[in-house]
Amino acid sequence: MVDSQKDYLTFQDIHKHYGEKIVLNAISAEIAHGKITSLIGPNGAGKSTLLAILSRLLKQDGGKVSFFDKNIGSYKGQDLAKKLAILRQSNHLDLKLTVEDLVSFGRFPYSQGRLSSEDKEAVQNAIRFTELESLADAYLDELSGGQRQRAFISMIIAQDTDYILLDEPLNNLDMKHSVHVMKTLRRLVDELGKTVILVIHEINFAAQYSDFIIALKNGEIVQHDKTNQIIQSNVLRDIFEIDFDIIDRNDKLICNYFNL
Amino acid sequence: MRTSLKLSLLLASLVGIIALFLLFEIDLSQDYMIHKRSIRLASMLVVGVSVGFSSLVFQTLSQNRILTPAIMGYESIFILFQTVIVFIYGDKTFQVITEQNNFFYAVLLMMGFSLLMYLFMFRRSKLGMLYLLLSGIVMGTLFQTFSQFMQILIDPNEFTVIQNFMFVSFSKMNTKLLSIASITLLATLIYASFYIKYLDVIALGRDHAINLGLNYQGLVRRFMLVISLLVSVSTALVGPITFLGILVCNLTYELFPNRKHPAMLTVCCLISCLCLVAGQFLIEHIFQFSTTVSIVINFIGGLYFLYLLWSTRKKIT
Repeated sequence: MVDSQKDYLTFQDIHKHYGEKIVLNAISAEIAHGKITSLIGPNGAGKSTLLAILSRLLKQDGGKVSFFDKNIGSYKGQDLAKKLAILRQSNHLDLKLTVEDLVSFGRFPYSQGRLSSEDKEAVQNAIRFTELESLADAYLDELSGGQRQRAFISMIIAQDTDYILLDEPLNNLDMKHSVHVMKTLRRLVDELGKTVILVIHEINFAAQYSDFIIALKNGEIVQHDKTNQIIQSNVLRDIFEIDFDIIDRNDKLICNYFNL
Repeated sequence: MRTSLKLSLLLASLVGIIALFLLFEIDLSQDYMIHKRSIRLASMLVVGVSVGFSSLVFQTLSQNRILTPAIMGYESIFILFQTVIVFIYGDKTFQVITEQNNFFYAVLLMMGFSLLMYLFMFRRSKLGMLYLLLSGIVMGTLFQTFSQFMQILIDPNEFTVIQNFMFVSFSKMNTKLLSIASITLLATLIYASFYIKYLDVIALGRDHAINLGLNYQGLVRRFMLVISLLVSVSTALVGPITFLGILVCNLTYELFPNRKHPAMLTVCCLISCLCLVAGQFLIEHIFQFSTTVSIVINFIGGLYFLYLLWSTRKKIT
């Protein structure tokens, strides 16, 4: 599409309905390789459903998701787990696990439960990446919601996949850690060439950190373009049905919609 | 290292209670005594391992600490099957059908039931585990009501034949049945051992399990099959006893909070055997057979269950 580079994760004609309600209505797009793409849109637009379908957690009722020129359903689970990782919302576990135990699970596709020294190193790196060293031995049920969220993100990083799909990763995080997570994702993309797709609610994080934005509304893609093309007051007003004031400061776009 | 100490203590107490059970007030001049006791002991160990293993796996699959496979209605289908054959053959039941055949049919029926439930479940995959559990409860109640209906119709003398199946007892052991059950148990455990490494990941829930590359549905199907086999082994041998599972699983979680399944399964089976042997010992020598092991288990298990509900309630509020 906009970029000349080949895109490896594409979907065509995706339908999904829950009972009578149509959640996704024949949508198609390509996800830019080696970039951050944000999915935005009002509640109930189908963002999380789309993300779950792209990551084979949910079966679509029609259409096709293709990943590196193969149907995503035809991959062996273990092979796909080395290439694509997904983290959904609400990660509540009633298990006595330490942060390090959880992050170690990220290596399961490689180790099948027996960690090699290489796996252990990847786990430690992931913990360092998310600044969880001091909490590595803490139990998950003793952590705050934000710390737990970071532990799960750390697990996804340990999984070391080219594609990372995140459903509202900033949920429960304070500003410092939101910024930290977004910077981490940016580094994963810029330094390691990974591709990140995330559902995000805070439009300013999408504006600051993503390369592309896909806007969904009522189960359809209403916009799919480079970030700067989407962060326009008229475009955003169409999507969210509220007014936006776009402030351009040092080449960075900031949206004010709080009290206009 | 405290874990290994706890494990050796557990093992030592199991060996101790086994020795006590075999040798307490033994009259060595009558060697049939020790023979009979060893058969009872062997059946308790087979049942203990079946109950411990199946309950722990079931709790991991359902991500729930207060359920046992009993909720899936396996035991009510067993009782229904026994009721139906007694209903048809009356007091001639065991002239028509041998105990071994009875065991085989019961096992087959419970496995078939488990597969059927599974098919129901994954027709509508998004409903998942909860749907499976709910259908289990409904089907279980249905079978139970059917059995009760037939039990009302039959002759009271024939009803005592059924009653024999409804209550747990280690005294009715049959050596031939025991060897078949042991072989079934062993084969099932060997089959399950290939998949044990996945249980830790399954405990994280469906989404994480799929993300980490597991064939989640396939594994759930395999484990449900293993559970149904183990439950049929224990139920066909001694009767409905899976309530013991709640007790032993939660004791395992409390004693060994590190949630690595190979270790937890071992511990759970040990605790389960320990409970059964200790319970049976008490019944034989302290209560002089005035009560049955299932009453003791249900009494202690029930109290513990209430405690569990109480302590989780406190955690939530």
